[in-house]
Amino acid sequence: MKQAIVHVHRGGPLVALVGNPNCGKTALFNRLTGSHQKVANYAGVTVERKEGKLVTPAGKHLRVLDLPGTYSLHPRSPDEKVTCDVLTGHAEGEKRPDLVVCVVDATNLRRNLRLVLAVKRLGLPCVVALNMTDLAAERGIRVDGAALSTALGLPVVNTVAVNADGAAALLTLLDRPDNWKRTAPIGNGASAADNTEADHETVRRILQGMGLDKAVPHLASDRLDRVVLHPLAGPPLLAVILFLIFQAVFAWAETPMNWIESATHWLGDSVAALLPNGWLQSLLVDGVIAGAGGVVVFLPQIIILFFFILVLEESGYLPRAAFLLDRLMGGVGLSGRSFIPLLSSFACAIPGIMAARTITNTRDRLVTIMIAPMMTCSARLPVYALLIGAFIPQRTIWGGLELQGLVLFCLYVAGIVGALVVAWLLKRFTARKLMHPLMMELPIYHLPRLRNIAIGLWQRVKIFLRRVGGIILALTVLLWFLASFPAPPAGATGAPIEYSFAGMLGRALAVVFEPIGFNWQISISLVPGMAAREVVVSALGTVYALSATGNDTAGALSPLIAHSWSLATGLSLLAWFVFAPQCLATLATVKRETGGWTMPLIMAGYLFALAYLASFVTYRMAVAAGWG
Amino acid sequence: MTLTLDQLPDHQACTVTQVAPPADAPEWHAWLEEIGFLPGEQVMVMTRALPGGDPLVVRVGSSTFALRRVEAACVQVATEHMAADGSAT
Repeated sequence: MKQAIVHVHRGGPLVALVGNPNCGKTALFNRLTGSHQKVANYAGVTVERKEGKLVTPAGKHLRVLDLPGTYSLHPRSPDEKVTCDVLTGHAEGEKRPDLVVCVVDATNLRRNLRLVLAVKRLGLPCVVALNMTDLAAERGIRVDGAALSTALGLPVVNTVAVNADGAAALLTLLDRPDNWKRTAPIGNGASAADNTEADHETVRRILQGMGLDKAVPHLASDRLDRVVLHPLAGPPLLAVILFLIFQAVFAWAETPMNWIESATHWLGDSVAALLPNGWLQSLLVDGVIAGAGGVVVFLPQIIILFFFILVLEESGYLPRAAFLLDRLMGGVGLSGRSFIPLLSSFACAIPGIMAARTITNTRDRLVTIMIAPMMTCSARLPVYALLIGAFIPQRTIWGGLELQGLVLFCLYVAGIVGALVVAWLLKRFTARKLMHPLMMELPIYHLPRLRNIAIGLWQRVKIFLRRVGGIILALTVLLWFLASFPAPPAGATGAPIEYSFAGMLGRALAVVFEPIGFNWQISISLVPGMAAREVVVSALGTVYALSATGNDTAGALSPLIAHSWSLATGLSLLAWFVFAPQCLATLATVKRETGGWTMPLIMAGYLFALAYLASFVTYRMAVAAGWG
Repeated sequence: MTLTLDQLPDHQACTVTQVAPPADAPEWHAWLEEIGFLPGEQVMVMTRALPGGDPLVVRVGSSTFALRRVEAACVQVATEHMAADGSAT
């Protein structure tokens, strides 16, 4: 089947960045293209495709492609396969690059140069960007670019991706027409291992000739690792880091959230004052503004969470966390590699499920995908924040711990434990013959660069806001329609929504959800919540705003539900959201990643059952405790 | 008896002599070589996780990798002393 192909930046020669993982390739890409980046997917596969554009000093317009990092041209994961396919010209819908920039970590030439030799054999015009030369110099590694260029037979430039003018030499190189000439590809039949060993010999000779054949480890990283990877100190440190992140998400976000809330109210009031009473005013104020505002208000928390994930990623801590957790994950039949997809799922299950592509073992990958939705994604935060704010008193316990933060932490833990139990059950009941490899690099530590964090944050904020603008807003408006029509009959005494389509649907669903303590307002909010979890908040907002009989249509949702729901209902809904498959976008992603409807259907089924069970138990126990 | 990476004490430098993957995972040979476990390379165990000393943190050249014990067991090594004797292979 032919896929529609999106050429993000039309025209202009195509330059591809290739390099080992952790060679600073993406930092260099950010340096070259700045904010002119488009993030999409490669045709047919869901590997993230980053393209940007740049203008050279001579005025040449170029498209730049940031290919996934790889150790060799013998792919072992879908990510690495994309790099291979693009370079050989076999990638569907991708133009073969006109020029390849091999990004090389100057502190680790031994391994990095092998890939350069393999790329050179492909016959594409190729230049070498000797990256991280500043770090290399700090460690006493001085690379003679001219000598390396002669030895490799390729142009070599120094780059320092983290410096403002660190890519200037590379840009100048791209202006020289000589560097764009193709050569004939060399060799074909040799096996992967033969090439690796032969290339290793070549690299060894080159480095020997340059006096660089001594391995120089990064001492500062080693010192840090003595603590971070310490068998006894490491795991508690990881737990503290994760716990502090979750405390920060709640504590720091409060002020900006208040601002957004006030702004939403002000906007709603202003629009209400401008327009005459009627359905248009109701649509704009109760539907659009209240709905979108109720979701945008959680942007600060999402930014803070992503900020920490990006910092951990940039600094080099994430793979260490994966190392520390490998044994624990191994106990439930997964590898430390599953940690990064699962951690990404704390922001959103979709990038998490997509990150599972880096797991080479098919079974591990599938299990990781199946449990990823149980990691508490940021879309659940609005729901948790609303319910915790309404039902859990703001109180400090045990020397400085916030009770609300603690409950949030417990919800996260509940999701993790649920995921581990499911993974363990799958381990028990699925045959596992092959051991799966870990073989994971622990890169040297870097001070996170504000610029890279900012670019990463901006890309995620854009995705979130696009969801608010698109699917969430559309559903909010649809819900407003369902909740507003048909109008109540003349002489009706109840709130208008009780007579609407929404009221009818809610009452029908309430039969199913009554045993777990949900009223019809909650039941109806769960329907649009299938599109995106955070919609539940705006849906509740809409339902309650429209069912208010007095003039108080916009009153804050939190005190409203605190009064009208029992504590047992609040806790039951919290338990529901730990497990519920409340996200069609996730299920669609799973379908795409696993290539069929089987997995997403199984996922939806088991998560629904789990959520119902958890809510049932929570509700019954809370009622028994006298909180009903 | 062949000495493998997982049997070394922490921080003892040694040299890779050969990569011998398990029979049911022959692809590990290429994978381990691609990340740097090639004959003649300097390797050393940096630390091990608790409990059970699995996985291991291994220094190869100037990079650091996390390897499971079964993976480290594929990497046959010789200590400086053995290499001098020529008894490694």
